Amino acid sequence: MQALFQEKLHVLNVGLSSFADSITRAGGSVLQIEWAPPAQGQQEVGRALARLVNLLSIETANQTAFDAYQSAQPVLNGVGTASQMLPNIAERMILHSGPPIAWKDMCGPMKGAIVGAILYEGWAENLTMAEAMASSGDIAFEPCHHHNAVGPMAGIISPSMPVWIVTNTTNGYQAFSNFNEGLGKALRFGANGPDVITRLKWMGQVLAPALRASVELLGGVDLKPMMAQALHMGDEVHNRNAAASSLFLKRLISALLKTRTPAADIAAVVEFIAGNDHFFLNLSMAACKAMTDAAHGVPGSSMVTAMARNGVEFGIRVSGTGSRWFTTPAPVVDGLFFPGYSAADAAPDLGDSAITETAGVGGFAMAASPAIVKFVGGTPQDAIDNTMAMTHITIGRNNAFTLPALNFAGSPAGIDIRKVVDTGIQPIINTGIAHREAGVGQIGAGITRAPLACFTQAVSALAKLVSAT
Amino acid sequence: MARATKIIRNFYRDSVSLMQLSSTITKLPGVEQASAIMASPNNVTLLVEAGLLAEPVEAGANDLLIALQGNAEALESALTAAESALKQPSPSSTGNEQSRGMSPRSIEMGLGNLVGANLVLISTPGEYAAAEAFKALSLGLNVMLFSDNVELKDEIALKQFAQERDLIVMGPDCGTAIINGIPLAFANVVRRGVIGVVAASGTGLQQVTCLVDRWGSGISQAIGTGGHDLHRDVGGMSMLQGLKALAADPSTSVIVLISKPPSPEVVSKVLGAASGAGKPVVVNFLGADPDRVRRENIYPAATLEDAAAAAVALGNGRIPEARRATVTSPSITPLGPQQRYIRGLYSGGTFCYEASLLLKKELGQINSNTPVEPEDRLSDVWTSRKHTVIDLGDDLFTRGRPHPMIDHRLRNERLIKEASEPEVAVILLDVVLGYGSHPDPAAEMVPAIQKARDLATKAGRHLAVIGFVCGTAADPQDLSKQEAAFREAGVILAESNAQAVRMAASVVQKASVVGGRL
Repeated sequence: MQALFQEKLHVLNVGLSSFADSITRAGGSVLQIEWAPPAQGQQEVGRALARLVNLLSIETANQTAFDAYQSAQPVLNGVGTASQMLPNIAERMILHSGPPIAWKDMCGPMKGAIVGAILYEGWAENLTMAEAMASSGDIAFEPCHHHNAVGPMAGIISPSMPVWIVTNTTNGYQAFSNFNEGLGKALRFGANGPDVITRLKWMGQVLAPALRASVELLGGVDLKPMMAQALHMGDEVHNRNAAASSLFLKRLISALLKTRTPAADIAAVVEFIAGNDHFFLNLSMAACKAMTDAAHGVPGSSMVTAMARNGVEFGIRVSGTGSRWFTTPAPVVDGLFFPGYSAADAAPDLGDSAITETAGVGGFAMAASPAIVKFVGGTPQDAIDNTMAMTHITIGRNNAFTLPALNFAGSPAGIDIRKVVDTGIQPIINTGIAHREAGVGQIGAGITRAPLACFTQAVSALAKLVSAT
Repeated sequence: MARATKIIRNFYRDSVSLMQLSSTITKLPGVEQASAIMASPNNVTLLVEAGLLAEPVEAGANDLLIALQGNAEALESALTAAESALKQPSPSSTGNEQSRGMSPRSIEMGLGNLVGANLVLISTPGEYAAAEAFKALSLGLNVMLFSDNVELKDEIALKQFAQERDLIVMGPDCGTAIINGIPLAFANVVRRGVIGVVAASGTGLQQVTCLVDRWGSGISQAIGTGGHDLHRDVGGMSMLQGLKALAADPSTSVIVLISKPPSPEVVSKVLGAASGAGKPVVVNFLGADPDRVRRENIYPAATLEDAAAAAVALGNGRIPEARRATVTSPSITPLGPQQRYIRGLYSGGTFCYEASLLLKKELGQINSNTPVEPEDRLSDVWTSRKHTVIDLGDDLFTRGRPHPMIDHRLRNERLIKEASEPEVAVILLDVVLGYGSHPDPAAEMVPAIQKARDLATKAGRHLAVIGFVCGTAADPQDLSKQEAAFREAGVILAESNAQAVRMAASVVQKASVVGGRL
């Protein structure tokens, strides 16, 4: 304390602001903290949090986790089918987005998408039979995340669907994602009509083989630099993938032409990809999954490695707390709606796509994407502010993802549950909005925030683990 | 002429920033030519043609390639410099921009915004305060814990944690401190000087620092420890730390310790440390026997006033004289025959306790909500009995309302109530100035004092109102202006609490003699 006498006093004031005013009037240096009880006032969690702040073992664990995340090199090196590639998918199993959920509890779009997947697989002949089958318990439902996979919105992956294979060449681990079907009526939004199934079939029979052959010819595609470049072109590679999809197509096209794919199919493939500005999203997600998985499982680490929603619950996973999900009811997204729709029509937050924010892009890289804030009703300054806000809850910055609007500073990355709970700043997520009923599809897009309750639960759990060691 | 290359795999930068980087490296000493580019086949060919590369390298379009030519010794450090420039976040992103639009929400976040932060002042509700203090200490910051209702076990844990890190926890329930000349929470603006104070009592600290200022000396540091610090289980951890720090502080030549009498084992620990401080230490353990406190280097003081006087004398290089309790008897209109009792209405807990102690010697039993002897405890704190002194800052009164130093309503109501009792002779008051206190106590209290006196006058009595103002000329409320306003309202003002108390005692004693009731 004696050292304090030799320094100028600089005070952080937590509580009565009049004390800060007094210090200022007395000529002192003071900063008022905009304080609110952490952990939504749950004292025990607040105390647990206090024990974790600046704890050496956690700081070290986080550095290890963050370095593993930062040094991940996700490479698209193949196209396969779920049944062959996903190590633990069973014959009658359908994967979905978000934390685990039973059929009876699922939201409309997810149920609709599952019915569609049953029809696609040919397990049932019509909607009624497919629904009966889904509710009968004959089909197992598991989260994509339990199979190293991610899927946007309903996130449905059934055994014969094609998947992107993304390998983190740093550790050799793989991550998977399904293919993006484009806008309009799509399975991921719960649509399951004949046109949806027909398109899925075409994707499996024509698109996937063409892409598989192209990727083989290319010898793999490094995704991180492509994402970095897209960030410089106005994408945040979650809700805006226009640039990334173009870059990918540009990269793909000569290889595609060299495959033995019939010219008509090549035309259809190019037309399909070119007509879908979200085509890259699923690649972005798989790349992000590969990066965050690299950080998972470091004992003591408070870094978030997955955020995902199943349309009913929002869940997160944390590096140091193993395979546990910390869940709470999913919020309804505040956004812009297509004509004729409103928040009343919206399903609660849905999809594994928040893996992008978990990996430091999407909402976290919003500063790169002024166009996206326009889409969700904000200004370019809001985009910068949103990214800057995220710097207060993250472990570091991803130097591979630089943001021109922030003078090429890295994107904030590595959400730290301690900082979220301590500041009450919730991670920002850019997302699409699905209609609450099956089959209607996307009705808007917007910004949502990861609910604090997931993080407070995670802090308690981590504190228990830390004090046990 | 040597060449050097470095490939950073999968590291994308746009060409403009790479051109900037290239020009920066070219300017480094010993570097002849430099280029940082994305290693596309075209770019690699260009570098070979330019002589920067001897032959094509194994790198792809997503890899960043740095190629240098120049003096062999210089190249390695140039490569390192280039790489670190690439990996560093840009300066603008770590400066003010980071906080734009968002004020700090946590201590850790505040630490990013206030460079050199070294103390956290915490005044959250008590149930959250320990956690905040724990965070502050974990982040290497000293703590002043204004909040009360912090559990003793938390206080012990916090203070041990702080000690291990060479940090201090002032509090919990620490109302005042002056660190490096900056008044914290409820504190007065006092001159800087050579007297260092460590006090387990908030108003005690204020009284001593104000008197030191009034008598022309100054304060180096004033460290509040909170009232529980000398509890047996806490063991005076903060007082010992403060004492040690002041002993080592070259700007401090005299140390003052203030507290209610601690338990014997804590006393001996504190006095042992004080005796070895290498500087004179004035000790005011309220109510303690001076002879049990006195040892080498230690000067016991019976009252806060005595402590201040002794410190000023020692600070001026003089040995403090034993002070005689001189009493200036105020000349007041004679009291009525029934008027016998003193009613002390205090906003400062230590003042109240000191008044109890001093009055007890003179007048016998003194009833109080915070009595010196347990048997003198008021059964109903809302009703006075005979001689009564009340600490209106006690939790019993402040629950759900502001402290009487900020809000004078409760005391004003009580004042009227006491004045209406025919047996009451003297109202004894403290007025505390400084940061945190009411901006103009006289404006709040004078109307109530006038009303009380009028009420007594109408009933054919004369009510004496005796008090003192604890404050300094530099306080925001202005000591002289406050004193003038109280005098104008007929309040008899003393310089200190001890003097005011003695004055009050003399009034009732004299009345007893005059009234022939002795």
